Amino acid sequence: MLLSLMIFIPLLGMIVVLLLPRESEELVKRVTLLFTLIPLALAVYLFITYDRSTAGTQFFHGPVPWIDAFNIQYHVGVDGLSVTLLLLTALLGPICVIASWRNIEKGIKAYMALFLLLETGMLGFFAALDLFLFYVFFELTLLPMYFLIGVWGGPRREYAAIKFFLYTLFGSVLMLVAMIAVYLNSNIVNGVAEGLRTFDIPTLITLAATQGHALADPGFQMWVFVGFFIGFAVKVPIFPFHTWLPDAHVEAPTAISVILAGILLKMGTYGLVRVNMAMFPQGLAHFTDGTGFWGNSLALLGFINIVYGSFCALAQTDFKKLVAYSSIGHMGFVILGLAARNDSGITGAILQMFNHGVISAMLFLLVGVLYDRAHHREINGFGGLGTRMPIYTGITTLAFMASLGLPGLSGFVGEALSLLGAYDKFKFLTILSTIGIVVGAAYFLWTLQRVFLGTLNPKYEALPEINGREILTLVPLGILTIVLGVWPNFAIDMFRESVTNLIDVLHAI
Amino acid sequence: MKNIDSLLYFTPEILLVIFAVAVILLDLVAKNRESSAVAHLSLVGCICTFAAVLFIHFSFGDEGPISLFLGMIRLDAFSSFFKILLLLATAATILFSLRSEELDARLKGEYYALLLALTLGMFLMASSTNLLMIFISLETVSLTSYILAGFLTHSPRSSEAAFKYITYGAVASGTMLFGLSFLFGMTGTGDLAQIAGRLTELLAAGDITPLAVLIAITFVLAGVGYKIASVPFHMWSPDVYEGAPIPITAFLSVASKSAGFALFIRFFYAGFGSTELMQAVDWPFMLAIVSALTMTVGNLAALPQQNVKRLLAYSSIAHGGYLLMGGVLLSAEGVGAILFYLVVYLFMNLGAFYVVVLVANEIGSEMIDGYRGLSSRAPLVAVAMMIFLFSLTGIPPVAGFFGKWILFTAVLEQGYYWLALVGLLNSVVSLYYYARIVKAMFFEEADEEADRVSFSTGTFALLSVFVIPTIFIGFLNIFYTFSNISASVMPIQ
Repeated sequence: MLLSLMIFIPLLGMIVVLLLPRESEELVKRVTLLFTLIPLALAVYLFITYDRSTAGTQFFHGPVPWIDAFNIQYHVGVDGLSVTLLLLTALLGPICVIASWRNIEKGIKAYMALFLLLETGMLGFFAALDLFLFYVFFELTLLPMYFLIGVWGGPRREYAAIKFFLYTLFGSVLMLVAMIAVYLNSNIVNGVAEGLRTFDIPTLITLAATQGHALADPGFQMWVFVGFFIGFAVKVPIFPFHTWLPDAHVEAPTAISVILAGILLKMGTYGLVRVNMAMFPQGLAHFTDGTGFWGNSLALLGFINIVYGSFCALAQTDFKKLVAYSSIGHMGFVILGLAARNDSGITGAILQMFNHGVISAMLFLLVGVLYDRAHHREINGFGGLGTRMPIYTGITTLAFMASLGLPGLSGFVGEALSLLGAYDKFKFLTILSTIGIVVGAAYFLWTLQRVFLGTLNPKYEALPEINGREILTLVPLGILTIVLGVWPNFAIDMFRESVTNLIDVLHAI
Repeated sequence: MKNIDSLLYFTPEILLVIFAVAVILLDLVAKNRESSAVAHLSLVGCICTFAAVLFIHFSFGDEGPISLFLGMIRLDAFSSFFKILLLLATAATILFSLRSEELDARLKGEYYALLLALTLGMFLMASSTNLLMIFISLETVSLTSYILAGFLTHSPRSSEAAFKYITYGAVASGTMLFGLSFLFGMTGTGDLAQIAGRLTELLAAGDITPLAVLIAITFVLAGVGYKIASVPFHMWSPDVYEGAPIPITAFLSVASKSAGFALFIRFFYAGFGSTELMQAVDWPFMLAIVSALTMTVGNLAALPQQNVKRLLAYSSIAHGGYLLMGGVLLSAEGVGAILFYLVVYLFMNLGAFYVVVLVANEIGSEMIDGYRGLSSRAPLVAVAMMIFLFSLTGIPPVAGFFGKWILFTAVLEQGYYWLALVGLLNSVVSLYYYARIVKAMFFEEADEEADRVSFSTGTFALLSVFVIPTIFIGFLNIFYTFSNISASVMPIQ
């Protein structure tokens, strides 16, 4: 019940916001903030009271029958992985509202309403335990995102918005076919149909591990794995489905970039863990068992993401595009870690999901701060800002260091664990992937040098320092970066049992 | 059942005739020819007929299907379903016409009388079980549609539309009649329920070749395919939809297609759906190809359109393709999926056309450019249009998604993976052109001098009649009903 409350409170907030008068902009913002703070409070409560010693789902609500003809149920619940991502989502909610406080000029009411709808979609997605519900929430994030980019974005917003929409929808329809195929086969044992079909994710996971069940057939698992994988790969994004991301990021307003990088990309990797790995371990094995081309393919995609993303970032002169490509690179570590299918690999991947959510959110907020002042993002157009904006420079340096993987900050732990896990299985690819880390250090340090060091560009002598509101959005994230860097178990404890459980599933085949 | 006894069950149709005549008479005696009394009278006619359909269904529906007029037409849950659907579309069209400013005020009597006659024809299409009756009902619908499509007497486009419609229609019905005569010649009966059985016997005895049956079926498909605008009989529809008055376009795209599908289902599913017959003549595969082509051609042709009416015409061709997928399956689920989709389609497509009427009235444009900045000029209308368009695309959580979902589940269940994939990729393509209208409404600014447009409360009330079901139908737990309705179409063994 608590979980459902958390999911639908933003939706309620959307209705309230829509009923408010158009003129009272301050009121709209405050109400939105309130309706994002309630899920945050609930998420913190869930995070604290979550029983870390078991892997089972907790705080579940349902299953409540919804559409009988297809045995679709309303069923939500959280395990260690989802509760962590729910916390991240709920945390970024109010941060984004505060970040949008001043720099959304038109239609603030519609903006906030769409933002709240987006939040419901994201929270629901991470909590859904019914595959159909999972898909509906997954798609529910599409519409608000399309409008948030398309209406409030930069000069090429229309192109970026429709590209984002088309790419994601393309992935989704393949996922839909796979999902229907899973549903249609969910009651076939040894070639005979018995009982009701189901969409219930925990049930499907059990069935897919049952000898003789149609879902456990290796060939079937391989094909549905591919269907779901493409759906999620577009979202992550995994090469070659990544080209929408730089466009979307560059055009989206700051807060929306934060959500895009912080949460939406995690929806892809979360889906990979929740559906592709847990439900289709044999399909996964086909692509990760290290034999032949297909056996290395997932790790290869991770490697391409890391190296290709990093080199692309190195070539950028647009600050935001650089961060966008660095996201592609960092998501590569998640893929690589998941491909390893072992304890440190998966733990590292999940930790990296959370860390990247925090760090990339910081980076996009920081880019936004600079853009609001200078009205451009050309890295070469700055210089010497360190003397003018010392606090801003300090926070940016922290975020850069965390992102490039400096030990002691959170980015390091996730990447190191992913690489450690992957080294067991894919030595050659893992060694090559470390190129990404070196290049990552290169572009961040080079950017630091070009923007903050050197002589101050006379144009920016009057640039105001970062203000209190902006610091407020960055501080919680900064603290998390440091805490997770020195005490990663703070997060790992949450999903340790879930990972152990997942590995049992993966090794049972 | 004998003719006299059948009359009682025929009350809805009789009511339609009475009201059509009453509309003409009222128009003759009315002093002020421009008053909207005739429109209101036809609306009352729709409501009375609606009540009659419901009354007859609930009084006699339990007794199972009833054969009327010596087997010419049949009264079953299936035909009652379509009658209700058609009446909703007719009522909506009358309300659109009341608000439309393009119609000639002096010809109102004829217009509404023809509309009621058209509805009568569609009623018969949905319930005919005899080849002769099928052809007559089809012609009733066609002839009245020709006149209505050309109703804008001052517009050359409208006359061109009517002319094209007639030319294509004549060829298609001629071809169909030829096919029907084949069937009659081979079997010696016009009764659908008997034809399949006779054909099976004749094929088994080797008296006729499968090719003859295939030719007959293909010819009949020409007539049906013309009504539902499937490839390659779709060419008339963009021109007709663009040239006809907007309310008539809306009516043709929803009601005419629905009636076409009623006939299609009755003829192919109930008539030719037996396993023995299909072993000889693999017509479902032919339909699968037609379905894939129809949606692909419709969607690809819609991509470059600038005129919203024309764009919706192509989109409606594409939707015909999706619906045809359900017909390929020959399962109660497949037919149930078609019926559910038709209900969803009724609301979302009529809603979209209503917005087209509103924009044509207030802004005076049918082009996508005219929709620029609609979100700031008429926010509620723009949001409603957005909901209709995304429902047509099939994006959750609106009803269009659930309609497609059920359709694709049925298709995959029968193992037509390639067809489902073609259909789904087509949905992705369709997003692009629907989103172009959304883009114009929300992302682009209106011209400097454009002000806010205000609409009456009645307009918003009518709009919400379409918006609310488009949002919520999918969440209702009503799919079983549609499978049950589809089961009633099968002939009594």
